[in-house]
Amino acid sequence: MSAVLSAKDFATSQEVRWCPGCGDYAILKVVTKTLAEVGAKPEKTVFISGIGCASRFPYYVETYGFHTIHGRAPAIATGLKLANPDLDIWVVTGDGDGLSIGGNHLLHALRRNVGLKILLFNNEIYGLTKGQYSPTSRPGTRSPSSPSGSIDAPLSAGQFAFGSGAKFFARAIDTDKAGLGEVLKEAHAFDGASFTEIFQNCIVYNEDVFADFTDRKSAAETQLCLQHGEPMLFGADKEKGIHFNPDTFSLDIVDAVADPGKVLQHDVANKVVAQLLVELTAPVALGIIYKSPADSFEKSWYRAHKNGLKRTGSVSDALHSTNTWTVI
Amino acid sequence: MPEQISKESIVVRLAGDSGDGVQLMGSQFIASTALSGDDFSTFPDFPAEIRAPVGTTFGVSAYQMNIGVNPITTAGDTPDILAAFNPAALKVSLPLLKSGALLIVNNDSFTGRNLTKAGYTEDPRETGELDTYQVISVDIGRLNLEAVKPFGLSKSDGGRCKNFWALGLLMWMFDRDLSPIEDWISKKFVNKDIVRDANLAALHAGHAYGETAELSEAIPRFDIATAELPAGEYRGITGAEALSLGLAAAGELADRPVLFCSYPITPASPLLHRLSRFNELGVGTFQAEDEIAAICAAIGASYGGAIGVTSSSGPGIALKTEAIGLAVNAELPLVIVNSQRGGPSTGLPTKTEQSDLYQAVYGRNGDTPIPVIAARSPGDCFFAAIEATRIALRHMTPVMLLSDGYISNAAEPWRIPDMNDIEPIEINAAPEPDDARDSQAMPFERNPETHGRPWITPGMPNLMHRLGGLEKDFVTGNISYDADNHQRMTDMRAAKVASVGKFIPRQTMELGDDEGELLVIGWGSTYGPIFQAVQQARQTNTNVSFAHLRYLHPLPENLGKLIGNFNQLLVPEMNMGQLSTVLRDQLGSDPTPLCKVTGQPYQIAELFEKIRSMLPSAAVSASSPGAKGEWR
Repeated sequence: MSAVLSAKDFATSQEVRWCPGCGDYAILKVVTKTLAEVGAKPEKTVFISGIGCASRFPYYVETYGFHTIHGRAPAIATGLKLANPDLDIWVVTGDGDGLSIGGNHLLHALRRNVGLKILLFNNEIYGLTKGQYSPTSRPGTRSPSSPSGSIDAPLSAGQFAFGSGAKFFARAIDTDKAGLGEVLKEAHAFDGASFTEIFQNCIVYNEDVFADFTDRKSAAETQLCLQHGEPMLFGADKEKGIHFNPDTFSLDIVDAVADPGKVLQHDVANKVVAQLLVELTAPVALGIIYKSPADSFEKSWYRAHKNGLKRTGSVSDALHSTNTWTVI
Repeated sequence: MPEQISKESIVVRLAGDSGDGVQLMGSQFIASTALSGDDFSTFPDFPAEIRAPVGTTFGVSAYQMNIGVNPITTAGDTPDILAAFNPAALKVSLPLLKSGALLIVNNDSFTGRNLTKAGYTEDPRETGELDTYQVISVDIGRLNLEAVKPFGLSKSDGGRCKNFWALGLLMWMFDRDLSPIEDWISKKFVNKDIVRDANLAALHAGHAYGETAELSEAIPRFDIATAELPAGEYRGITGAEALSLGLAAAGELADRPVLFCSYPITPASPLLHRLSRFNELGVGTFQAEDEIAAICAAIGASYGGAIGVTSSSGPGIALKTEAIGLAVNAELPLVIVNSQRGGPSTGLPTKTEQSDLYQAVYGRNGDTPIPVIAARSPGDCFFAAIEATRIALRHMTPVMLLSDGYISNAAEPWRIPDMNDIEPIEINAAPEPDDARDSQAMPFERNPETHGRPWITPGMPNLMHRLGGLEKDFVTGNISYDADNHQRMTDMRAAKVASVGKFIPRQTMELGDDEGELLVIGWGSTYGPIFQAVQQARQTNTNVSFAHLRYLHPLPENLGKLIGNFNQLLVPEMNMGQLSTVLRDQLGSDPTPLCKVTGQPYQIAELFEKIRSMLPSAAVSASSPGAKGEWR
């Protein structure tokens, strides 16, 4: 089958059942478009998800798909990747699925660097269970289970990624088709665990929680769109820049016109700066924040398992390969 | 010359600190016993602590073995010989001995400090406490250090050789050939010449001590009758070894790779260790981050077309439970091995129990039945692993395979099977892609006999489909919340497990007729002691039979009828009556449970007493076949 596939070829016949206006629709559209653009083979592509609104995703993509149990998608995907490393495996998870109940599995998938494309749909809320605060919710979030405001400190997906030893961390906004598409292509091409946080708007339970930086009107001022090798500039006329302050070991905003030499150039392999970038709130850093290729887990695993999963010996020989004696 | 005592079988118990190398000494002695043609059964009995405080009673590690003429099916009720490396080992083991037993004590460990740590206020060698035994005191520590002195080891390193010194003496007592142990030492310490030579010297010194010491008049020598085992090629095997080889064999028989995904837990970890060395047999291993990840990775592997296997013990199985439900719903094959241990919670990690039967048969949310089978002995684990895989692949279902800590660690001689005699394992092959049909529905075209669905795996062109834990439409596999469909799917899942019953052998008797007064039913590792107890009882009253269950869910279809042929039903278990409950539930039987949860296997005598008490004519004399009479 060599026909060129379009985004439509990756849509299933299933009626999409997210709430009208959910950010997931936009993400689905960009993902299917990306699959077509990168020439993904449907039979070699698998979407694996856990539980939550985001995790309904596999039902809507005309590839192989497995909607599993809460938080465990990275573990199931790891087993599948070992059984068949030729597959292109995407893991779709949310802030509750991936960072709360499944935090451990996400951590280990990242530190092992399993060849999975992990998409974390972060809406800072539990949507499917009707609106409780999540591990990424900001303190004071009022919800059915926190009527006077949540008190937990929120978890940062970026910090989590670096704490876990992730080799690829990127960020995008659900409705930013171009930005998301660009990030997904790079995430797809990465040989190892690529971890992409997508800011996703939950129109029912947490509407506009990211509006302070996703609003298109003010986007130039609030978003720092990173490009490898380019200076870190933002503002309507790219007049502001990000500067590394060696006295405080932090990132400052400088006048890029007056002091262009002070502006940092984005280097995706610079882990120290990447860890500071994920902490920026105004502007919010988007794009490929960190990328540092290393051997994937499956590559190392197949190196350690010299025969792969091929049988070269016989059980009969193994049964006899010890001290034996014969009874006549 | 010392006297030579001929016996049909003998029970030897080695006991010392957990750092004394008792387990190694025992397994090496057994390896040589195997080569000399005896039947045997072993029981390694060790504490949960890796190195418990030295000299304490709770740090005692023991290795009990029963060797001699077949059938030896247990490690023996009461030891004939005890080798105690320190006062604590003596204190813990003494209550197990019968009077007249031979005691070999490591003399120079009986210091004031060690006596106090063992809880002795006086030296038991001097209080008359040991008068009913034949005591041989040997300065094992000192003699060993003398033997290894030329190698310049430190006192503590040299002291570590004392298990080989003692092994040398034991080998002399049983007239065993030292060469297999010499070979083992040479291989084990191939790059450590000094350690190798010191251990060899200790072994030879212990052996020479038996031959030349002045005391040797007092040390008896034993001539154990050779077993009359069926003809064939034999090897020694532990349950963990057999189960690992069985899983590899299942992969070969199904012509699929095996992916074993596990998280370390006692007493299941030996499976992970062994399988990690079976790469050339098409086995891969993955040590996951937790129990849940382990089963999930195994499910992922099965989804990808490998035979996914996960393994744990009760607490870990509890964590895996939700994922078992996913595999049931997704209709994926999976083998789950439970090496049971004492519970509840963390319980008794190194002690054996059969108390996870409820968990296996009933322990899931929803109506989520799975087949459950059990292994009866170390060697049987090989066949049980193949059978579990066969059922999983035939019916596309998770299967629980129950083993336990005793079976895992115990060893027995095993006739090596011919792989050509074992039926290949058939899989539910994927259909040819067909553009005219809905690829989403094709994975759910189930075999009407087995309810197994085609094993369609990612990578196969034109068969793309979505799968999940949500209830799905019977035909299309799409999400379905339809009321009638859920009933239909629930019925299908029940029918699938019930259909296993059509493929398994009819229940037969291990001993006795198909009808009579008393039927004893066992499962799992109680096979050995029940077999011996019933056999003994039958010497005077043949009105008792013994059936042992491999298949616990579903039960063999003729089992209810068989039970109906007897007036009484006795079910001994190492739990509080779980199989009794299952038999009541599934067959409406009225069993008499015999329950024991001491962390120790059943003794033949206690089962024999119970059987005798239930038989009308009670004129049977007790004698344990593991200890037929005294030698002096």
